[in-house]
Amino acid sequence: MSFINLREKIVQVKIVYYGPGRGGKTTNLEYINRKFSKQIQSEMVSLKTHGDRTLFFDFLPFNMGQIKGYELKIQLYTVPGQVKYNATRKLVLKGVDGIVFVADAQEQMREKNIRSLNQLHENLRDYKESIFRIPLVLQYNKVDLRNQGIPILPISILEKDLNSKLKVPSFEGSALTGYNVAETLKKIISSTVVSIQKKLQ
Amino acid sequence: MNYGVVSQEQLEKIDAILTEKLIKIGVDCVIIIDMAGNIITAKDNGTSKYDVYSFAALAAGNFATVDAMAKLVGEQEFSLLFHKGTDCNIHFSKIDDELLLITMFGKNISLGFLRLNVVETIERIQKLWG
Ligand SMILES: Nc1nc2c(ncn2[C@@H]2O[C@H](COP(=O)(O)OP(=O)(O)OP(=O)(O)O)[C@@H](O)[C@H]2O)c(=O)[nH]1
Ligand SMILES: [Mg+2]
Repeated sequence: MSFINLREKIVQVKIVYYGPGRGGKTTNLEYINRKFSKQIQSEMVSLKTHGDRTLFFDFLPFNMGQIKGYELKIQLYTVPGQVKYNATRKLVLKGVDGIVFVADAQEQMREKNIRSLNQLHENLRDYKESIFRIPLVLQYNKVDLRNQGIPILPISILEKDLNSKLKVPSFEGSALTGYNVAETLKKIISSTVVSIQKKLQ
Repeated sequence: MNYGVVSQEQLEKIDAILTEKLIKIGVDCVIIIDMAGNIITAKDNGTSKYDVYSFAALAAGNFATVDAMAKLVGEQEFSLLFHKGTDCNIHFSKIDDELLLITMFGKNISLGFLRLNVVETIERIQKLWG
């Protein structure tokens, strides 16, 4: 849940990048950290294993500037995607305001994407949140691999697998090259801000 | 109370309590965060400057982890969460189910004295929302 400080006029918003292991969540944040350095005042915090897998979370605070007189501080988090880390994954979801689901568009990852999305649904339910109500954006990541002849799922299949019931905004993307990384971020921020404004009314 | 929005008046009262009960006894920095890692308020003695946003995210994660471990071994909670360093110590205390009080202090204060003041601080903050 977002926190609003009426005295200093600061709104803190928590956005979590969720998805299967090695899908590219951390790479999204790393790209944002490089590309928008002016809007980022502190170091990215990464709690990871020696093999560079996320162990607990990555954290990147992102300043959006003023909106209607309030300073908007976006707190970006990633969860650890490996199956065994669901307990910690759930802790990171606590108080989430908006979610980017990073799917891995490689053909071999089809099942893993679906399983991860289903688990997100369950994890949110345990917090009395609903995947159908929370602001959510899908990113079909790693589409750059097409150029290397690696089999990538057609967008129509990904939409059918992951978005046929949710019907939320979705982007194909490449966290490695930065393709649609900023678009994904902008979309989730605007959906989340709208949803917070509605709750406040 | 709806902790998502704290009024200016409430914040000023909380800050006054933090200053009186903790900063005045020599605490370097005191932060109230929620379990999601948002900062409710932060006060320091004017000389120490921490990156409070990253700190809040890590502190919430740390507390949540210890809390989950307590449940795994059948404890309601571990009531004392304390990290001891050479120059800086960190003490965590739950205000209620949603809020945490974190104090950072140096060698000049004993843990016992600090805990006493933390307990009183928390009682007074709880009364504000009673
Ligand atoms: N080709 C390509 N590789 C990518 C892309 N995004 C991430 N990768 C690579 O995929 C691997 C895993 O990326 P991470 O960002 O660490 O994945 P993650 O989702 O954070 O993984 P966990 O922390 O284990 O959950 C790394 O080797 C990345 O370089 C992409 O868009 N294209
Ligand atoms: Mg990662």
